[in-house]
Amino acid sequence: MDEQMTPVSAWERVEHAREAARPTAKTYIDGIFTDFVELHGDRRFGDDQAVIGGIGRLEGRPVTVIAQEKGGDTKEKIARNFGCANPEGYRKSQRLMRQAEKFGRPVLLIVDTQGAYCGIGAEERGQGQAIAENLQLMMQLSVPAVAVLIGEGGSGGALALASANRVAMLENAVYSILSPEGFAAILWKDAARAKEAAGLMRMTAREVYAMGIVEEVIPEPPGGAQEDVQAVAQAMKDFFLRSLEELDAMDTSTLREDRYRRFRRMGDCGLDPQNG
Amino acid sequence: MGMFDKIRKNQAMISVPLGAAARKPARPSQEAAIPPAKSKEMSPEDTNIFAKCPACNAVLFTEDITENQMVCPRCQHHLRLSARQRLGYTVDEGSFVEMDAELAGNDPLQFPGYENKLRAARAYTGLTEAVVTGYATIQGEPVMIAVMDGNFMMGSMGAAVGEKITRCVEEATRRRLPVVIFTVSGGARMQEGLVSLMQMTKTSAALGRHGEAGLLYITVLTDPTTGGVTASFAMLGDIILAEPGALVGFAGKRVIEQTVKQSLPEGFQRAEFVMDKGFVDAIVPRRELPGRLGQLLRLHHQEVRHG
Ligand SMILES: [Zn+2]
Repeated sequence: MDEQMTPVSAWERVEHAREAARPTAKTYIDGIFTDFVELHGDRRFGDDQAVIGGIGRLEGRPVTVIAQEKGGDTKEKIARNFGCANPEGYRKSQRLMRQAEKFGRPVLLIVDTQGAYCGIGAEERGQGQAIAENLQLMMQLSVPAVAVLIGEGGSGGALALASANRVAMLENAVYSILSPEGFAAILWKDAARAKEAAGLMRMTAREVYAMGIVEEVIPEPPGGAQEDVQAVAQAMKDFFLRSLEELDAMDTSTLREDRYRRFRRMGDCGLDPQNG
Repeated sequence: MGMFDKIRKNQAMISVPLGAAARKPARPSQEAAIPPAKSKEMSPEDTNIFAKCPACNAVLFTEDITENQMVCPRCQHHLRLSARQRLGYTVDEGSFVEMDAELAGNDPLQFPGYENKLRAARAYTGLTEAVVTGYATIQGEPVMIAVMDGNFMMGSMGAAVGEKITRCVEEATRRRLPVVIFTVSGGARMQEGLVSLMQMTKTSAALGRHGEAGLLYITVLTDPTTGGVTASFAMLGDIILAEPGALVGFAGKRVIEQTVKQSLPEGFQRAEFVMDKGFVDAIVPRRELPGRLGQLLRLHHQEVRHG
């Protein structure tokens, strides 16, 4: 496990997470849920195809599914804006989470994005506000929320769908404050130092797990998830089922308290003990 | 508004605020170049007596600016303030009781050079972190208040900033008080990686509980408010005010230009623009802020809560 702490390995994970052959959210939706019905639109502005939402069954039980989808071929990638959601994507997600709450369905999330889209329209329509509301709503949900990061987990755009009771990462997924290129550009004014940045950012699944930010790392076959999609989908399904079993036992206030505590403890390590 | 954008154009995004220089006669150490001393408009001599407005380039007596609450008397450009200056202009004299003054973050990633940068930022600002929190009254109305400080590593949010704001909000919920937050931030603190990202959820969650308790939260967006702060507590106010000309956005200008490969519309991401798009309730000049906050607080004053 130690070799994964070296910069080269971290960068290899980034490359894995970005691989063209890497399965995207749709593949897992097909592999995990039955009876899936996709629901479109945010009822405000449009339908953001970077976010797929709908209702399906997990082992027979109706659940709400919200997923970031990067797209398969080039044409689809463009239609889905490479998985970079506009505010409409986060507002579609909010709409479907409220719907899930109304009908008492758990919310299961599949996260895979470089980050929220950085466009003119996105700013004009309140990208920051959309993400903020999404975060806050997730924390207030009265139903269980469980998320899996399957590829790139970039910045607030990923966090908006990962503010859940339980969160797992696939072994080759990465989760970071922004892309290593962006990180290197901001900190060292040199995007070419991305590899070096990746090694310092603690963005690999095992490093994120070690920091206590995710509950589980879901193993992938050698060569990555594409080598055995069925097995990875099954492992994700098991994680969803296991998490729900645990969360179902909680009443609403305990469930919400569980989620609050999960995030409340993050970043209080080593702070002035007199206040702790 | 058009004129306003024009006069703002010359100001570098990260120029040292005149406020910082005027307040601190001691020059920052080499390390403290974090709020980068890039402004060639200022030399050590003129920080004492003269200062140049970064917006209209007028050379003014520093005293004339400080006496005008750090607003350029010529063009009304709102210069950036330190947290202490802001508190001085906002809360009732002698009412501020600071909490968690010594609370400081650690170095969760053991990121090379971060400890030194923190040390330098502390020496430069006299603060332990990029936000000051506590209890105060504004025109007699009690509030819990958090004021960010852009001189401390660009007001970036790491674990300590998130923790201080969360504690401030939780205290407000316990004491059934309104919350007022003045934002100024370059976004999440890079050197703390994911730990700083998580502060977005943490602070938003605390505000969610405060809101569910039926309590008022007012945000005041000041120049600049960006990134993870915009995408969390800055945009969650029941009422969102902004200072004139403040830059308010999620993504940075350069990032957007690189993404869309076109130039940005006039006044893009300025408070006036953001208000026009429906995300700000009112733009309030600095001098009028205490009055406006007092008015809003009185309109929400809860003498007795039933139940
Ligand atoms: Zn001026």
